[in-house]
Amino acid sequence: MSEGHAGYVLPELPEPGGGEPGPDGATPGYRARHTLRLRVELARQLRRRRTQVALGLLAALPLLLLAAFELGADDRNRRSGGLVDLATASGANFVSFALFASASFLFVVVVALFFGDTVASEASWSSLKYLLAIPVPRHRLLRQKAVVSGVLSLLGLVLLPLVALGAGALWYGVGELATPTGEALPFGTAVFRLAVAVAYLAVHLSWVAGLALLLSVSTDAPLGAVGGAVLASILSQILDSITALGDLRVYLPTHYSFAWSDVLTAEVDWTDMARGAFSAVAYAAVFLLLAGRRFATKDITS
Amino acid sequence: MPHDGAWSPTVDRVAPSPRSRRTLALVAVVVLLAGLAGVVVWTRSGGGPPPVRTRDLRIDVADGPGRDQPVQLDATFYLPQRTPAPAVLVAHGFGGDKDAVAAEARELAERGFVALAYSARGFGRSTGQIALNSPDYEVVDAQQVLDWLSRQPEVTTDAPGDPRVGVTGGSYGGALALLLAGVDPRVDALAPVITYNDLGQALLPNAGTTGKLTPRSPAAGAFAADGVFKRGWAGLFFAAGLGPGGSTAPKGEAPEPGQPRTGEPSPTTGPNPRGTRSDRPGGPQPGQPGQPGQQPGQQGPATCGRFRPEVCQAYVEVTTTGRASAATVELLRRSSPASVTERIKAPTLLVQGEQDTLFGLDQSDATARQITAAGGTVKTVWYSGGHDGGNPGPSVRRQIADWFTFHLRRTGPDPGEGFEYAVQGAFRSGGPTIRTAVADRYPGLEGAGAGDDEVERRSVGLRGPAQTVLNPPGGNPAAISSLPGLGSRLSGSGSGAAALAGGLAVDVPGQTALFTSEPVDAQVLVTGSSRVRLRVSAVPGQPTTGEAVLFVKLYDVAPDGRRTLPGNAVAPVRVGGLPADGAPVEVTVTLPGVVRPVEAGHRLQVAVSTTDQGYAGPTAPAVHRVELAGDGQLSVPTVPGRRAAGNGTPAVPLLGVGVVLAVVVLVSLGGAVRRRHLDNVDEELTDVPLVIRDLSKSYRGGLKAVDGLSFRVERGQVLGLLGPNGAGKTTTLRMLMGLVRPSTGEIRVFGHRVLPGVPVLSRIGVFVERTGFLPHLSGMDNLRLYWAATGRPAEQARAEEALEIAGLGRAVHRRVGTYSQGMRQRLAIAQAMLGLPDLLVLDEPTNGLDPPQIHHMREVLRRYAATGRTVVVSSHLLAEVEQTCSHVVVMHHGRLVAVGEVGEIVAGGEVAFRVDDPELAADALRGLVGVGTVTPDGQVVHADLGDLPRSAAVAALVAAGVAVDQVGPRRRLEDAFLQLVGEEAVE
Repeated sequence: MSEGHAGYVLPELPEPGGGEPGPDGATPGYRARHTLRLRVELARQLRRRRTQVALGLLAALPLLLLAAFELGADDRNRRSGGLVDLATASGANFVSFALFASASFLFVVVVALFFGDTVASEASWSSLKYLLAIPVPRHRLLRQKAVVSGVLSLLGLVLLPLVALGAGALWYGVGELATPTGEALPFGTAVFRLAVAVAYLAVHLSWVAGLALLLSVSTDAPLGAVGGAVLASILSQILDSITALGDLRVYLPTHYSFAWSDVLTAEVDWTDMARGAFSAVAYAAVFLLLAGRRFATKDITS
Repeated sequence: MPHDGAWSPTVDRVAPSPRSRRTLALVAVVVLLAGLAGVVVWTRSGGGPPPVRTRDLRIDVADGPGRDQPVQLDATFYLPQRTPAPAVLVAHGFGGDKDAVAAEARELAERGFVALAYSARGFGRSTGQIALNSPDYEVVDAQQVLDWLSRQPEVTTDAPGDPRVGVTGGSYGGALALLLAGVDPRVDALAPVITYNDLGQALLPNAGTTGKLTPRSPAAGAFAADGVFKRGWAGLFFAAGLGPGGSTAPKGEAPEPGQPRTGEPSPTTGPNPRGTRSDRPGGPQPGQPGQPGQQPGQQGPATCGRFRPEVCQAYVEVTTTGRASAATVELLRRSSPASVTERIKAPTLLVQGEQDTLFGLDQSDATARQITAAGGTVKTVWYSGGHDGGNPGPSVRRQIADWFTFHLRRTGPDPGEGFEYAVQGAFRSGGPTIRTAVADRYPGLEGAGAGDDEVERRSVGLRGPAQTVLNPPGGNPAAISSLPGLGSRLSGSGSGAAALAGGLAVDVPGQTALFTSEPVDAQVLVTGSSRVRLRVSAVPGQPTTGEAVLFVKLYDVAPDGRRTLPGNAVAPVRVGGLPADGAPVEVTVTLPGVVRPVEAGHRLQVAVSTTDQGYAGPTAPAVHRVELAGDGQLSVPTVPGRRAAGNGTPAVPLLGVGVVLAVVVLVSLGGAVRRRHLDNVDEELTDVPLVIRDLSKSYRGGLKAVDGLSFRVERGQVLGLLGPNGAGKTTTLRMLMGLVRPSTGEIRVFGHRVLPGVPVLSRIGVFVERTGFLPHLSGMDNLRLYWAATGRPAEQARAEEALEIAGLGRAVHRRVGTYSQGMRQRLAIAQAMLGLPDLLVLDEPTNGLDPPQIHHMREVLRRYAATGRTVVVSSHLLAEVEQTCSHVVVMHHGRLVAVGEVGEIVAGGEVAFRVDDPELAADALRGLVGVGTVTPDGQVVHADLGDLPRSAAVAALVAAGVAVDQVGPRRRLEDAFLQLVGEEAVE
């Protein structure tokens, strides 16, 4: 006993033998498939400030846009019939504008954040090795983290249009969705189509998720993983804007990033979205498999 | 799977060693980039258009009523790669010449046609005078050009003297195509572009009729007699024939679907740069007779330029009076396709522009009705340009070539007889704003093969009181609706300027009556010519001329009040026979044909003005009263269209998605199966907490962190892993946890071989190197979440015991980020002890603890082992190990230096005597019974006393006269360790 140290009390430790170890040597009560359940990982991530801030920003963005439009509406010099008028034509138009505004960068950053940060931040906190020592099998750890990151990304992806829809419908009404090419969709149809657009975006962004996860297992610096994925997306967008590259651009992962806008027509042309989905899924599959392989064989030294 | 090629080189995995793997990766990237560059170069250079040969030539023809006036036509022959081939005659627009259509002709030759472009009489280097597509002049010339074509070996013929030939052309050239096809049955297909049906109606339109309107097609105009002179355009038209300047053809190309809208002139690019037609400066220059290329003796008055006298005379008459005489009407009628359309049997592709205040949609509408009524076949395409909006873009030109491909070569897909129209969105945005809508047929046509159905019309209620409008003396100031000839010059892409002008339309107050609808509740896509019935009357007591000239416009009014005049178009109406007593005359007005999506919330507005700058209105002052007639409905035509391209489910990419997902699932399943067979257990060792055999670990770069390490730990031991920093202790512990893969050798925990994530690791509690907590959570939450992550039952955690050991008190509820190093350390040890694991592995556990805590920790560990569990502790402090551990493994440079019980190593049987005379002492000790080896070492003598008590040895030494300073156990461990540390210090 540590006499003189009232703060320390040595507990009585029971003898070992709460049950026989399993045939695989596991301690009683341990099941690999029970480790790091989604609920637990979700709780771990949801309590992080970065998760709260990211989701909060996504929810706040439509309101910021709304405020900007309302403030800017007083400007007598603004061009009538332009983008702002299109965006505020109806609640559905407002959602579509919010999606356009967020699709190429904000959503990429958010997905890269959730996927790039997930393993790398554990590594940077050194908590990764303790999770692996539980042991959470590596493939399972990666899978659970990927699933939770996916859930959070989806949450963000749905949150923004939902808030935009609520605010837009309240402010600009539930009229028809007017498109730049002069079509009009009834509000109900438009909402359904926008949901399809969000679903496509989710599929499309899977390549960012895959790349971010690959970088996340490759580095102990969360910023590097997130930034690397965002950088790759920007690079791809720049290359995509070089028309001289011609048909080669279809191989760029961001080439079909706006294919979802095809749903905002009376008759939907699925061609580009199908190609975009294939491109994204193929990239994501390669990145995910590489990430899984890399993580399974990697020496954890953090 | 078109994407395969893009990444296949990057998943190359051949490399055996890290260094060569990097090199290979670099090589792969370089090869990939080089390949990409190669493909770029190849696709840029190899995919060019097929070569086209050209031949400049002159064709001699004889025309005039007696076919006796010789004219030489300047022509260029464009020959495709393979001949003989069907021919296409490419006629130019008014004011242009054969070079103006060079790009079109070349493009057709690239598509495999023999193309012939020639300058019409009076234009370019052709001789003769302009007769305005007269059947006696230009049409006869064209027929003789067909004769010439039939004699060329490069041209396919249907019969001797009958070439397989199509005709196309824009504006003036398009009318020639129609006139030629009406006169000459040898024409097999034609594609007139932005041209007129009735030149009289185009230049002197009257869109209001008191009679009944019979046409049921979307863009039918009233085409009433005694129209209002379209002064602005007519002047440009005439000026273009005066000198070698000013073409009336639009400049640049109209925007097409998929192109982003730009507000600036877009430089036209491509293998055949379009827009190379010379936009000669100076413009029309009246009063300069005797231009090059004119025959002597053909000069008339200087004001007539290169026009034939009768044409010039008609123009002068109309401009000066504002009205057309019977002779002029007859001249214009003979020059109009309307005179021959019932004889056109060749399939006709009518391409008309939606931005065209010269030849509006009503012109092609009339042509389509007339041709189909007589049994001909017609397809109608409305594109986004026109005389105000630009030439047809690549996709419309492709459609024209497709038309000829199908109808002249009988190959390729059937373009059908339907209807396509371009829709320009009402909003400006960065992306494409134009789409093409397709309908199965052009509604309202009669005759075989045509739909014989009426265009859908929606009624939109207009409101507005009867209003009085005045015509100012001299017709000035006048309202502005369009800028004839400038629309397409302001901007190469056309619609930018058109939109600009559409927003700039100005009505003069007092001259305009407005009738406005309620906001539409759903989008109305106006597709063609709306109709409205108006009641016009003179105002008793006010000036009147017995007739009213009114200009009727259809505005799209946004919720903010902004008005847009779609197509910049205006419908002029001349209402005659107004009684001076104010009795009204009812007139049905066909508004200009437009395609315009009127968005929900927008209003439609009909504006009726007395003036328009583009027209020659009456100069006498007058006052009219204008009101809505009947129920005040605006009848708006709509043509339901579907998307132009690419419908249906794209099966291939979706199949690709399925394949990719299947591959991922297969790979994952394969991994799961492989992991299932990883368990490797040595049954004899299931009771031994830890066995390490020949363990080595080399890091990249050749550093050997652990080298041939072997030892074994039994139950109940507290094993100290002792070694200086860098000895390989932490690496060994990491390998024990499955975090780092051993290079060679193996680790067995309770008999199970350690691999990453094997279940046996659940029997180990660990704290290695740094603590790992989520800084934003409290210590308590960290432990709770950690245990939750294990998935084990909460009652197994024994969290109370662990927390008692940590001794954090209330601090356990604070964020870990606020903890001191020692607190984190204790929390980490508590975490390692959660669930009371059979094997507890702690790396430098007392680092950062203060002495009482260290003392406490030692007690904890001893007690922990006393329960039959096992503890492995690493340390670089000898005293630490000595006081805590029962057993010790000494490591240095990754190698095992010593191993054994601490007591055994520390005490053994040997005793060290510090004496004044070592030699004497050694002799004395050797003399004792049971004493083993005796070795003097400086002032110290080491002796193995065996069972002999130390007191007896001391007594013997004292008896031998040796002064004994100190007696103690010989510290072999310390010796060994100090030696190591010493080496380290030397290094």
